Amino acid sequence: MIKDITSFTTGSARIAFKGGPTFYAWIGFLGIVCLWGLAAWWNQFQHGLITTNMRDQVSWAFYIGNFTFLVGVAAAAVMLVIPAYIYNWKPIKEIAIFGELLAVSAIVMSMLFVFVDVGRPDRVWQLMPIIGTPNLPSSLLGWDVMVLNGYLVLNLIIVVHLLYTGFHKRPYNRKFVVPLLLFSIPAAVGIHTVTAFVYAGTAARPFWNSAILAPRFLASAFCSGPAILLILFQILQRTTHIKIKDEAIWKIAELMAYAMFLNLFLFGAEIFREYYSNTHHLIHTQYLYSGVHGHDALVPYAWASLICSVAAFLLFLIPATRTHLVTLNLGCVLIFAGVYIEKGMALVIPGMTPDTLGEFYEYVPTLNEVRIGAGIFAIGFLVFTLLCKMAIPILRDPDSGKAA
Amino acid sequence: MSEKSFDRRTLLVSAGLSTMAGISAAASGKSTGWVERLLKRRFVELSDARREEILTELEEACRVKYGRDDITVTDTPALDGVEFAYGLDLSRCVGCRRCVYSCVHENNQSRDPQIQWIRVLEMKKDHGIDFAESNVYYDPDEVPEPDSFYVPVACQQCRQPACTKVCPVKATWQEPDGIVVIDSDWCLGCRCCMSACPYGARHFNWTEPRIATEEINPDTHIFGNRLRPNGVVEKCTFCIHRTRKGRYPACVEICPVGARKFGNLLDEAGEMRYLMREKRVFVLKEELNTRPRFYYFYAT
Repeated sequence: MIKDITSFTTGSARIAFKGGPTFYAWIGFLGIVCLWGLAAWWNQFQHGLITTNMRDQVSWAFYIGNFTFLVGVAAAAVMLVIPAYIYNWKPIKEIAIFGELLAVSAIVMSMLFVFVDVGRPDRVWQLMPIIGTPNLPSSLLGWDVMVLNGYLVLNLIIVVHLLYTGFHKRPYNRKFVVPLLLFSIPAAVGIHTVTAFVYAGTAARPFWNSAILAPRFLASAFCSGPAILLILFQILQRTTHIKIKDEAIWKIAELMAYAMFLNLFLFGAEIFREYYSNTHHLIHTQYLYSGVHGHDALVPYAWASLICSVAAFLLFLIPATRTHLVTLNLGCVLIFAGVYIEKGMALVIPGMTPDTLGEFYEYVPTLNEVRIGAGIFAIGFLVFTLLCKMAIPILRDPDSGKAA
Repeated sequence: MSEKSFDRRTLLVSAGLSTMAGISAAASGKSTGWVERLLKRRFVELSDARREEILTELEEACRVKYGRDDITVTDTPALDGVEFAYGLDLSRCVGCRRCVYSCVHENNQSRDPQIQWIRVLEMKKDHGIDFAESNVYYDPDEVPEPDSFYVPVACQQCRQPACTKVCPVKATWQEPDGIVVIDSDWCLGCRCCMSACPYGARHFNWTEPRIATEEINPDTHIFGNRLRPNGVVEKCTFCIHRTRKGRYPACVEICPVGARKFGNLLDEAGEMRYLMREKRVFVLKEELNTRPRFYYFYAT
């Protein structure tokens, strides 16, 4: 047993770090971005969050926006698990493990974004039960920390089990894995709902205080997460021997079109309510889409996001463009960009602009913030790349092909 | 982030760990061994003796950092039968901002970058109280301006505070006398409370707060105007270090037009009860159901 574990660890590490020049160039690039971000974080650690452009008026911004977006990406792993295991749809089943790997990487990134956002990183342990003082059940951030950690552990167990049995060319334990996989579906919905409630529960911020925020979060997450996977699958199709059927890719794109429709519909419902009732609360939406009193830093991004989302919806809705290589990938990039803006900066910043006393403080991230963000994304991609490298040979082997 | 506050709080999770800590403390000859530092508990959970030690440590830390030996840190508790409340006469306020700066000095707010617990909003008379049209950076040669009136806003000491329930680590709570306080040695700096507060009453130390040594107010309370570290949230506490000893908050004393009233809501013969009986009061953003203890009124 111990020998098995040792051979798994060393074997996987060997597989993960073995590759051609392109692989090493990619790893090297990510490593450099990591260091670049780490240096920026050190600067922030030394001087405090004054190195960001957040201030009392806009007290959450770039970091928390990225955190929210990435929780959505993590939740989207279920997009692949649902058809694979509930409907037993074979073409997706083989590749569903990559969804789990993406979930693990995205959760790591989202937790790092919370870590860099707090004023006292030396006190984050206080969030933990038993050793800390989590303010449960009343604090939603407290709950969010619990469910995110739980989701990370759940996905790690599944992934490690699949990789471990696959490595030793043994079939995975269905009785153990399938219930966990099924449980990961409500868990994924749960993490994104709790994250939405952190915002939606804030009565002081009318832009967030909406009952359809959680459904909107879920709808947009089911677009952005699979977009990354669709691109990954095409890379795998070309660079490895893993057989990913085109019809699996098209099916995922079709599901994304439905999710995007729902997302745009809910968005429209929100926009109708705001503009038709035309209360004081409209000012946040106006700040986002048309600017107020010459404050319009977010306007181009807001429109870009909307245009990207609508364009991607059409590309994925029409079968001809969904199954065409160029338009499919264009759609993925558009969806990713559209949701990144919508669930990131365009969610957090208008919620706080103007602030509760009506003051406009226009936030734009500093270079230091962007560097820290880039560093965290580099760490996430590094984790994802190495996990995928471990999974590829296991899936390639026909004997253990059913491991996923 | 090289704060002295690391080694201020201690206590122990279990008997085994407390033994370890004891050994550590005994070995180092100090009360703040590394194990204790790791396993510190919230101030309010500690024994009286341990609290005393921490207050002394805080005073010592101030002495080392600011070179003043007259700084006292107390933890004066709430008095029985007291519920503080505040009244502000909008028809008197002239927008001079003396309360703002008096508060900054009294409560040791950072001077650079500047933190202000009281924000005075200039409102246009033809709009009434309308935050969207207000201006906090008004700067005419002379106040009040004929077309404006002024609404000072600080912590409303809500009965149902939105800020305390969102705190993920129980670092902020409401005291029995109604004052909402923050434990700066426990605050994580996540700023959930700042998102939740409808009155912009909470302020963050975006960097190490800076105050000239000679400007420090040495009379401090651990949950109020004590010198704060970088990376934590702070707010108005009705001058907890003064009012719990029977004095008025600094802003009430400084106000040149007598617009500010303060007192014990439970004292039938007191100033606040008189005010609420004789005047018609209102609170800000009543639709949010925060139920402030900070009442506004127009006396004339």
